[in-house]
Amino acid sequence: MTGSWLITDIRPYGEAAVDVLIRGGHIAEIGPGLSAAGAERIDGGGLIALPGLVDLHTHLREPGREDAETVQTGARSAALGGFTGVHAMANTDPVADTAGVVEQVWRLGRDSGLVDVAPVGAVTVGLGGTQLAELGAMADSAARVRVFSDDGFCVADPALMRRALEYVKAFGGVIAQHAEEPRLTVGAQMNEGVRSAQLGLTGWPAAAEEAVIARDVLLAGHVGSRLHVCHVSTAGSVELLRWAKAKGIDVTAEVTPHHLLLTDDLAATYDPVYKVNPPLRTASDVQALREGLADGTIDAVATDHAPHAVEDKECEWGAARPGMLGLQQALSVVVLAMVETGLLDWRGVADRCSTRPARIGGLGRDGHGGGLTVGAPANLVLLDPAARSILDPAELASRSRNTPYAGMELPGRVVATLLRGRPTVLDGKAQA
Amino acid sequence: MSRHLLSAADFDREQATLFLDTAAQIEAALAGREVKKLPTLRGRTVVNLFYEDSTRTRISFELAAKRLSADVINFSAKGSSVSKGESLKDTALTLEAMGADAVVVRHSMSGAPHRLALWVRGCVVNAGDGTHEHPTQALLDAYTMRSRLGRLEGLRVTIVGDVLHSRVARSNVLLLATLGAEVTLVAPPTLLPVGIETWPVEVAFDLDGALPKADVVMMLRVQRERMAESYFPSPREYSRRYGLDATRMAMLPDDAIVMHPGPMNRGMEIAAEVADSVRSTIVEQVRNGLSVRMAVLYLLLSGAEVSL
Repeated sequence: MTGSWLITDIRPYGEAAVDVLIRGGHIAEIGPGLSAAGAERIDGGGLIALPGLVDLHTHLREPGREDAETVQTGARSAALGGFTGVHAMANTDPVADTAGVVEQVWRLGRDSGLVDVAPVGAVTVGLGGTQLAELGAMADSAARVRVFSDDGFCVADPALMRRALEYVKAFGGVIAQHAEEPRLTVGAQMNEGVRSAQLGLTGWPAAAEEAVIARDVLLAGHVGSRLHVCHVSTAGSVELLRWAKAKGIDVTAEVTPHHLLLTDDLAATYDPVYKVNPPLRTASDVQALREGLADGTIDAVATDHAPHAVEDKECEWGAARPGMLGLQQALSVVVLAMVETGLLDWRGVADRCSTRPARIGGLGRDGHGGGLTVGAPANLVLLDPAARSILDPAELASRSRNTPYAGMELPGRVVATLLRGRPTVLDGKAQA
Repeated sequence: MSRHLLSAADFDREQATLFLDTAAQIEAALAGREVKKLPTLRGRTVVNLFYEDSTRTRISFELAAKRLSADVINFSAKGSSVSKGESLKDTALTLEAMGADAVVVRHSMSGAPHRLALWVRGCVVNAGDGTHEHPTQALLDAYTMRSRLGRLEGLRVTIVGDVLHSRVARSNVLLLATLGAEVTLVAPPTLLPVGIETWPVEVAFDLDGALPKADVVMMLRVQRERMAESYFPSPREYSRRYGLDATRMAMLPDDAIVMHPGPMNRGMEIAAEVADSVRSTIVEQVRNGLSVRMAVLYLLLSGAEVSL
């Protein structure tokens, strides 16, 4: 499947139709009416071409919970979703807090052949929040870790957070904070508000996220470090980020597809498929997040793809694990929430789903997030934006089935994904 | 109406009134009888599935089912497979296989009965789920108010205490709104949920100001452990500000009644002299609970004959 590919009649960023010739893993030519002897042809038929998507926030569950997902099944989900690079979160078992574990995950990703897997290293030993993990060893390992996160837990200790922000400057790292003040979210089950009052579920107040973001942007500004904020979920968080960026603080942020689309009204079913951390918020939060993503206050869409075994979701809401699948439907949700609403054009989608996340995570070095230009590595996704389909969870590539979009009609179909010139998805089917 | 009873919001005024009227008919039918038993549910199986300790509710449902001649199985979390880690779904499938016609469920987690209802064919009756709802308690409370005061429309009901964690309060607010009563909630602000402004109630922090306008005052149980979580500084302070003692009771209108869902913390939210006064309906509530739960089981299980 290596070699030359001639993709005819595709529309980069939704613009004028061209042909693209790919040779040696790079884009060799772009223009109308190309021909190339010996190249395999893909008839683009007017599909939209975007640079391959990059996810800053994926849970691949391996090692430890291979019953819920493996690097291989997660990579297949990613490729089918149009991703060419994903960051694998550190909350595995064992935790990815040593060079050994991050190298294991990195190698599994490489072996998948479907997507580049960039392991995220834990900030603290065992995600315990008390002692820094050997961040430098992970940075120097074969996995070349640049993003560090205790995701699932907040680095709640302000002094430790400050040290982590400072320490990773030595190797160009970034701390990706799961912003959740733990004392304000003891036993929390869903967004605190009208719905939690009605449903009798312990509330997760917006202030618990916003207080940590406020603290951390001040710390990042003070020590001159980069900060990345995971899965921003509230209108107040968007305001804080806007303020921090206006102050010149080096902060970036991500939002999940589900926080761009779904609200806490869904908790009324008590179906834990809608239980996620941070929780689904209100319609006005959703609107603020969309606007924040549109104006660039929020830099990236990140899936927080969180596969869970059936028994961890087919139970009481309070007993269920938080999290939902995201990789395979992320682009569709972005089309629905951002493109069809007129908030982002296709260049905007490329920027928030590829260029900026690649830059934040340091995957630019591997050719991710580049433009669709001659000479660039051929990482791209071909999308049919007009195709709409009703999601059947049984058809997902993930080992798990905890998608919140079951039965929903979503726009956009990923027809092909290419990683360094090699198709990982063709005609909507994974190639490994 | 669905075949389940999960929330006090599940029924309209007509259906709620049918529950109350049926309870009254059952009470009248059994009054003065030597054998307090009806043959209505002969051959039907009612399972009491209790994941949480409860004396009065479990006994009340058990007796209600027995007086309707149903076969009753008590399945409690302790001493069953549940304590060995069986999932709610597997337990549900087990009960289903045994042919349970109704499952009365008490659970520490909000929404557990809603989940259970997906997995069993029989009726599910919510006997209290976490900090969510306790609809049969609301029905028996409404029944008690109506039988004591003759009406529910326009009745001024003041509910006092830990509204945040109270399933009794949630169900009462919903049912009383349906039945046209005017509800005031009185609590320290720490024990009121964020979002309460959307409830069909008045909210007050001052008990003394609310009492002279109350036809009914319902005292909620307040757990002393809440003190450790700083919901209030001390049981004494709570009691001084929100407890109902004889002095406060004297501020009530002449015909007003005092209710409590039990179990009481005497000396905490309610003084002994209040609990034992003629205004108190606490024992009556327990007695009415039996008739109301018989009505609930009867109406849900005889489904086809009764249009609900």
